[in-house]
Amino acid sequence: MGMTHIVDRRLNGKNKSAVNRERFLRRYRHHIKKAVSEAVHRRSITDIERGENVSIPSRDIEEPVFHHGQGGKREMVHPGNQEFVAGDTLPKPQGGEGGQGQGQASPDGEGMDEFAFQITQEEFLDFLFDDLALPNLARKKLKDTEAFKYVRSGFSTQGIPSKLDVVRSLRGAHARRLSLGGARKRKLRELQEQLAALKSAPADLDAAFSHDDQIKALEEEVARLKANIRRIPWIDEIDLRYRQHVKQPQPATSAVMFCLMDVSGSMTQTHKDIAKRFFILLYLFLKKNYKKIDVVFIRHHTSAKEVDEEEFFYSRETGGTIVSSALKLMHKIIESRYSPEEWNIYAAQASDGDNWNDDSPVCGKILADQILPLVQYYAYVEITPQDHQMLWYEYEKILATNPNTFAMQQIADAGAIYPVFRQLFERKAA
Amino acid sequence: MTGTLDNPAEKKIVEPVSTGSEWTFELIQRYDDEIAKCAAEFGLDTYPNQVEVISAEQMMDAYSSVGMPVGYHHWSFGKQFLNTSKGYQRGQMGLAYEIVINSNPCIAYLMEENTLPMQALVIAHACYGHNSFFKSNYLFRTWTDASAIIDYLVFARNYVAECEERYGVDAVEQILDSCHALMNYGVDRYKRPSPISAAEEQRRQKDREAYLQQQLNDLWRTIPKMGNDDEQTRRQERYPPEPQENLLYFIEKNAPLLETWQREIIRIVRKLAQYFYPQRQTQVMNEGWATFWHYTLLHRMYEKGLVTDGFMLEFLQSHTAVVYQPPFNSPWYSGINPYTLGFSMFTDLRRICEAPTDEDKEWFPDIAGSNWVETLHFAMRNFKDESFILQFLSPKVMRDLKLFAIADDDNEEVYRITAIHDEMGYRSLREKLARQYNLSYREPNLQVWHVDLRGDRSLTLRHIPVDGIPMGDSSNEVLRHVNRLWGFDVHLESVEGDTVVEEFHCPPRPMDGDASGTRG
Repeated sequence: MGMTHIVDRRLNGKNKSAVNRERFLRRYRHHIKKAVSEAVHRRSITDIERGENVSIPSRDIEEPVFHHGQGGKREMVHPGNQEFVAGDTLPKPQGGEGGQGQGQASPDGEGMDEFAFQITQEEFLDFLFDDLALPNLARKKLKDTEAFKYVRSGFSTQGIPSKLDVVRSLRGAHARRLSLGGARKRKLRELQEQLAALKSAPADLDAAFSHDDQIKALEEEVARLKANIRRIPWIDEIDLRYRQHVKQPQPATSAVMFCLMDVSGSMTQTHKDIAKRFFILLYLFLKKNYKKIDVVFIRHHTSAKEVDEEEFFYSRETGGTIVSSALKLMHKIIESRYSPEEWNIYAAQASDGDNWNDDSPVCGKILADQILPLVQYYAYVEITPQDHQMLWYEYEKILATNPNTFAMQQIADAGAIYPVFRQLFERKAA
Repeated sequence: MTGTLDNPAEKKIVEPVSTGSEWTFELIQRYDDEIAKCAAEFGLDTYPNQVEVISAEQMMDAYSSVGMPVGYHHWSFGKQFLNTSKGYQRGQMGLAYEIVINSNPCIAYLMEENTLPMQALVIAHACYGHNSFFKSNYLFRTWTDASAIIDYLVFARNYVAECEERYGVDAVEQILDSCHALMNYGVDRYKRPSPISAAEEQRRQKDREAYLQQQLNDLWRTIPKMGNDDEQTRRQERYPPEPQENLLYFIEKNAPLLETWQREIIRIVRKLAQYFYPQRQTQVMNEGWATFWHYTLLHRMYEKGLVTDGFMLEFLQSHTAVVYQPPFNSPWYSGINPYTLGFSMFTDLRRICEAPTDEDKEWFPDIAGSNWVETLHFAMRNFKDESFILQFLSPKVMRDLKLFAIADDDNEEVYRITAIHDEMGYRSLREKLARQYNLSYREPNLQVWHVDLRGDRSLTLRHIPVDGIPMGDSSNEVLRHVNRLWGFDVHLESVEGDTVVEEFHCPPRPMDGDASGTRG
């Protein structure tokens, strides 16, 4: 007795299985990547706040051991006999499947063959971006935001009428009136009492001793005091108090993200999938910095159109390409809905580099003159393994003159998305 | 009621240990003290206990590593963990109330969510039931070393981690996968193994390497003798001279190409297989024993007035759930519940000792009317499930559980009821049930048959089918693992009499008519 030792282990770490779990995910990364890929296809780019359900065919994760097969002769003992006696026979079920108590299939005949589990958002993102751990994007500020917020910081004697604090000003005036007028009023009361006393006293017969002179002098004094008191202003300039505010730099909490994409015939679904991942990354990045994010999708071929996400990624178009149409539309949308004072504007443009040659200089001009002054950052990704075309060279000129707000990179395949994203956004790292 | 004296012997008025259902460390300690006193009354001999209170998450961790407090890393444990946590989060599955480890001191986990009566139940069940079983049952005494296991597990984990660092996670994972596939064939069933010790393992690693290399060199002397090396003599000088049932041991010692670290990993898995081997053969006895004692010890507490009626009510509710046996035709049926069978048998054994009927005297002349505590201890110490059932399953238990046997012969169109719980059937039913717990009946009987030392170095395993039951569909898959470890061609043949009835090969042989899948 007394040989028992009781230990509280609850504070010891849980997650002892974390490594084994990680090993499991590692082993089945191909399955998981596939599930993640499908999920990306299915999900909206703003829907990245959760993990994903993954299922793997059970046979793929089985740990095989030697065991008995079907057939032969076997005997099993079971409990709960009701009416059997030795020698009874029972028909075998059709299909030849084994003995009693075996193979309870799920009602729909499915689901038993799948090993299903959940991966976390973090793991989801890891798999999404090719196993590369996402750095802490929050620490990287693109550019100091220029919005400010005024916060109260006491009162001041100077200010504009709209900041006047009436209650506080009147209280000050009252105090001033009291302090300035108080002594005089007391004096006035005394004089008036004396005056009243003199007036009510019986008049002396001797004129030489009459009170008239005294009364007259007192009356003059009273009149003077009254005028004095009357001259104390009811409210004076020095009574006025204004609410004081100081400017505190405040990151604007709203951002708008423009996704521009070429949907002309030359952009394949693979191109679009790469673009989608890029847009997701940008969204994730902004999400860490801003409370509210609007996403505007502009797709274009020869003309541009603002569309919803579904149409943006999955509808097909044919024909040529005029990139400037999208830039013009973007500018129009900014002017009408997203004032740069209130919104942090980001834009990502994805294209295979194809453009109608005469249009490329127009693009450069619109970007440099109209759009770049309004946006925090504009990133251009060219999804092509091939040589560049006119648009690329035009954009290179812009890069030279606007290195802080403009960035461009080429993505050859899905594996390069993340590194390219990092290059694009690292440059501005604080 | 006043005036009633249930137990005049106990004069002083006893207060229950507790009345509420919230536990505290002090109360757990007090319950343990009282349970220990009761256990001592019945002569339960235990290792010291180490009770660890853990959270549900930690219980899931413990689950996924087969209850081992430390273990090497492997994806299969991660899979187990995902499965457990999924089931738990969806509420499909409660966690077991306890996990207990065959170690000295005996480690038992209590989940913090348990109520106080549950904690007491678990202490009685694990810390006195299982613990005394671990300490006294002959299989555990022979095959496991409770005082060394924790150190050995630490050694194993560190060694595997070191290999991962040195040779890469993938290489280690491959070896472990293959070893796990053969884990059930990593035990000498008849030879007593040498005790395990982490320090010893470490010290001997070097020696073993040198010695083993020497042996391997002797075995694999590759220069063939010229002349009389014809097919006939090659067949005759069989290696191994006797068939070997411990596949992992044989591979560890004889595989030509394995690196030393790979052999060490095989050895680690083998040692763990050996440690778990008794548990696989004593499930009915071990759970039955622990259940019998939590039931008996807590009733003893109740007799002493140490627990309240409310406590007993909650305790009995849990106990009833544990020993529930769904009938064969219930949707919840998944075989015979070892808790039910074991508990029924130990309970009935006590009855046979204390109040034997004529039937008992006929069936169990040696124990009917004997001292029940001694008889139960004797049974616990000297048997495993198979022999325990063969020896002690009474007609009454067969009747109570309404056992019956059903035969499934693939040559017949129907199932046949071969025995039920009646005078005609008792003996045969008992034999059939005992056989069901015989490991070599539950798993295919496989042995290392032959190594072609002078030829292509291929390894041949032989399967001796029982009752014409063939190898299962995973055999090719497992054979690939054998092939990976062995390094050369591997064959598996099922032999009935002198006839090869089925063959498997890795790498697979080109299909040429007579190769595989032909059954007689």
